[in-house]
Amino acid sequence: MYITPEGKEIFVLDGHTHYWDGSPENQTNIHGKQFIDCFYAYHTNLSPKEHLWEKARFEKYSEDNIYRDLFVDGPNDMAIIQTTVLSDFYENGFSSIERSSAMAERHPERFIVNGSFDPRDGEKALEQIHYMKETFDITGVKMYTAEWNGASKGWALNDPQAYKCFELCDKLGIKNIHVHKGPTIIPLSKDAFDVHDVDYAATDFQNLNWIVEHCGQPRIDDFCWIATQETNVYGGLAVVLPFIHSRPRYFAEMIAELLWWVGEDKILFGSDYAIWTPQWLVEKFWNFQIPDDIAEERGVQLTDAIKEKILGLNAAKIYNIDVEAKKKQLAGAPVQIAAE
Amino acid sequence: MFVAQLMAERELEVWDCLAAVSDPELDEPITDLNFVEAVSVNDDHTVRVEFRLPTYWCSPNFAFLMAFGIRNAVMALPWVRAMTVELKDHCFGDEVNDGVNSGRPFHQIFAENCDGAVLDDVVEKFMAKAFDRRQEAMLLALKAKDRPIAEIVSMTVGALKKTHFTGEEAFRQLPRYLDILAAKGLALTDRDPAFPTWQGGRISPEALGPHLRRLRSTRLTMEFNGALCRGLAQSRYKEVEIGIDGPTLVDFIAGRVPPREAPEPGI
Repeated sequence: MYITPEGKEIFVLDGHTHYWDGSPENQTNIHGKQFIDCFYAYHTNLSPKEHLWEKARFEKYSEDNIYRDLFVDGPNDMAIIQTTVLSDFYENGFSSIERSSAMAERHPERFIVNGSFDPRDGEKALEQIHYMKETFDITGVKMYTAEWNGASKGWALNDPQAYKCFELCDKLGIKNIHVHKGPTIIPLSKDAFDVHDVDYAATDFQNLNWIVEHCGQPRIDDFCWIATQETNVYGGLAVVLPFIHSRPRYFAEMIAELLWWVGEDKILFGSDYAIWTPQWLVEKFWNFQIPDDIAEERGVQLTDAIKEKILGLNAAKIYNIDVEAKKKQLAGAPVQIAAE
Repeated sequence: MFVAQLMAERELEVWDCLAAVSDPELDEPITDLNFVEAVSVNDDHTVRVEFRLPTYWCSPNFAFLMAFGIRNAVMALPWVRAMTVELKDHCFGDEVNDGVNSGRPFHQIFAENCDGAVLDDVVEKFMAKAFDRRQEAMLLALKAKDRPIAEIVSMTVGALKKTHFTGEEAFRQLPRYLDILAAKGLALTDRDPAFPTWQGGRISPEALGPHLRRLRSTRLTMEFNGALCRGLAQSRYKEVEIGIDGPTLVDFIAGRVPPREAPEPGI
């Protein structure tokens, strides 16, 4: 719950968080080390100084840490935990559904844990989807198309194998497909961050919601074109939002652009925890205004009502969360600070 | 003394020529982006250039293009006998370095690394984006000079060249815009229209608004990515230390940068 300076309570559903173990003990090789190092560079580059973490804490944090950062110090009412396996880089996976679910069990009313699968695993991917539905009753998945899998260094959402998996997701009611376009290294002849496969998949699977994390960054322009044509494509603000601190004018231009092309009903807040913590992001976002010249040029506004949608209502809608009922439930189970 | 001065001058010459190599994704010189880390010139007229991208995961195909861009720019200097390019700390670094230093042409090396495929479509896609970004700077500068829309869309290259621009961005982009018009063959003489589309079409006065909206989206993305890449390049290998005055960023000590020959089980 974020409380505005005027005392209004804003429901916050953080659409993109992680419970990872990127520690050296879990790294299989140099790629595992470089993966968490890259995340850490995002953290150190875009966080306000007072919110910087030491490397060891960033590599692996505890169940108490995540709860405190998101719900005690942070304004989140709920958080979606994404699964990113990276089994070629990490012994026990980078952020596995089993480990995240065990953590979330302590406060099930606050977490939605999403699963993940790799379509290149063929039959095993289908089995994995069944297993995640039966064991964890997932309603969403996170797809990382840049994941390495043996000789393969990336895949596309419109690969035939992926379509078989999405058909099964649709059948089982796994409606929310979060997509992260990392660099798909091979084939080298393609744009490593190409987002056009989202266009095909979203057209062919109208029942599913396609949430493109980081708004397709570094291909936000291409993403805007796609999102404007597809009713079931959403943009997650992770990575774009932290610019609000270091480069507020860039942020203003990007959010104006996203409001114009993608629209206020299809933009989702995500802190990308633990790369960033939600407290400062939500506070700055609530207090942010698009400068007059940009707002005028683009013909968009970032009103309180729009901010409220972005911070929680839009995600609540696609995850079928009754916000009023949820608020009542959470009021009966206020955040607990563990004795230390 | 004289030799030292000559070497220093040659190093500067190398740095200058590297400014002509752009990151294809951002359409900015790699020297402005601080990607080039070291240049050394030896007595035997050989040159070594080391470059590092903002992350280990930056697009390898663009890393290839930049590595070959560096090679071509440096080898064009009349006194250079041979050169070595080294891309550091990159997931595809060995392949890029072996390829660029083999002395064989780009298309051959690139094809060897991806079952014969070529990069033409991707290069074309990013040239189109670079074109859009440069063209927008010119169009906005003309609009800022209160030129009528009908006049802007029908302007010739000759008239554009004669226009006096004072804004920093328009001043910087004018030669870059003229370069890309010529490179794509969109304008061959001063009588040709200055503002064709990338496909060679004309922009009607009514279409200028929507056209500019699209260019704006491309430019904002490139600027946003440029800001992110600069920031990541700067924070790579820095760590946080929390002292009595709170957190600060400190540089990694040399030995902690990951060794390239680290074990890679299973890969």
